[in-house]
Amino acid sequence: MDRGQLLTPVVSLRGASLQFGKRTLWRDLDLDINPGEFFAVLGPNGSGKTSFLKVLLGLQELHSGTVSLGGHPVERGSKRIGYIPQQKSFAPDTPMRARDLVGLGIDGHRWGIRLSAGKVNQRIDELLDLVGASDYAKVPVGQLSGGEQQRLRVAQALATEPQVLLCDEPLLSLDLHHQQGVSSLINQQCHERNSAVVFVTHEINPVIDYVDRVLYLAGGQFRVGTPQEVMTTEVLSELYDSHVEVIHTNGRIVVVGLPDATTHFHDDAHATAGEDL
Amino acid sequence: MDMDNILQTIFNFENYGELLVLVQNSLWAGAVLGLLGGLVGTFVMKRDLAFAVHGISELSFAGAAFALLIGADIIFGSLIGSVAAAVLLGFMGVRARDKNSIIGVIMPFGLGLGILFLALYEGRAANKFGLLTGQIVSVDTVQLQALAGTAVVVMIALVAIWRPLSFASVDPEMAEARGVPVRGLAIGFMVLLGVSVALSIQIVGALLVLALLITPAAAALRVTTSPKLVVVLSVVFALTATVGGILLALGSRIPISPYVTTLSFLIYVVCRVIGRLRSDRGLNGRVTRDQPARAL
Repeated sequence: MDRGQLLTPVVSLRGASLQFGKRTLWRDLDLDINPGEFFAVLGPNGSGKTSFLKVLLGLQELHSGTVSLGGHPVERGSKRIGYIPQQKSFAPDTPMRARDLVGLGIDGHRWGIRLSAGKVNQRIDELLDLVGASDYAKVPVGQLSGGEQQRLRVAQALATEPQVLLCDEPLLSLDLHHQQGVSSLINQQCHERNSAVVFVTHEINPVIDYVDRVLYLAGGQFRVGTPQEVMTTEVLSELYDSHVEVIHTNGRIVVVGLPDATTHFHDDAHATAGEDL
Repeated sequence: MDMDNILQTIFNFENYGELLVLVQNSLWAGAVLGLLGGLVGTFVMKRDLAFAVHGISELSFAGAAFALLIGADIIFGSLIGSVAAAVLLGFMGVRARDKNSIIGVIMPFGLGLGILFLALYEGRAANKFGLLTGQIVSVDTVQLQALAGTAVVVMIALVAIWRPLSFASVDPEMAEARGVPVRGLAIGFMVLLGVSVALSIQIVGALLVLALLITPAAAALRVTTSPKLVVVLSVVFALTATVGGILLALGSRIPISPYVTTLSFLIYVVCRVIGRLRSDRGLNGRVTRDQPARAL
């Protein structure tokens, strides 16, 4: 963290609040995320993790406060951001091969048709090589495994050489082996390219070795700090407003006794956030 | 009518050369609409809008029938009907489940309206039938110019939004994150689709529009997943079906639509078989190493 303080933060929130109707997801959030930092956003469903990402993507307006990216106000489709979504399944006949998916990240947002393919193809090859996906470059995306797809998502996100990688549960529905592969790939980008990683997840253990700091959202409140500071019985019990037991064992963190109520809460919040898309 | 007679009615190539000159306009119209159908069809498949095309065409039919009834221009009438239906679907049917039920509601309503207007119409019966089954042979030069001009405008618009529309069609969440105006493109494409349906109806009729706007692209998707090749094949298939259909229909007194739809169907069947053979052999472009490669 000593190195971080000398650098200009990539992501900066001041007095940021977000609410849907009367329900406050979080308020008065002051936060700086630095280059090269692996920053995890944790919390139960509906606590506003995904909305937090949407704010950074410029798809969701803050209720109050400010947010900036690399010193500029957030904007939709910013080149400073690489976005890695949850793994989803593509229809088997989707007319898109692995390399085409990566290509979308390079120039998919531009108008017209791709006129000079040479440069783009070269860049696609570089990116595929970077994430170790060259062998299945020409395989239709619908026939790839979840882990392979997520590697392509990393390549796609890196296409614009972003300063920050926003990851929305990228390991969800992957098996353990692929979880390790994809998360170490993301961590590698974080260190080699000195870009910040904002990693939204409901499960910290797959990335516990990489995480520098955590933002834990629950019950309309939040805590920021290192995993050791935040992931404690005391802090989580306070956030959830009921007794929660946190056990650190073998370098892993186990949380016992999460209240059920938050799940219900959660469902409406999701519906609201979903419609805003 | 015995079998020979039937065959002779279906395939009759007497005085072919002279007839060919007479139907030049139709051939050009067929070519333009084949090109348009092939291009638009790839997006119809990517966006899963096959059922929507059917719904739009029924409302387009109602519009055309109304135009026929009041003595207005039929192409204009079908344009109004299909664009209205397409835009309505674009705004209302955001979610796939919603979309299908809305189409299911609109479709019979459109068809019913069309039948009402045709029942009220007292002109030539052939005009009525033409709306449902196609009437390309009667295309005159002025109509051809209007048809081709409109088709060219649609194609230019489609090329202009090609990349972001592809992005938004196959990978909408990611496109949204990259700042692509996903919603605006969806509505914009529905307008283009509405116009394309109205134009295609002039060739194959309201009931058979799917053969032009869906079958060629669906066939192409069976044999390739390269985005470029899908477009090329889809256009080639659609052109083969329309131009080939007109040429086959030339000497007979049967409307061209059965020829177009049959050609298009046969192409699809062949592509399906090829695709099946290929997937049975497990060829999907993966580079295999000596060591059994793990997914990562």
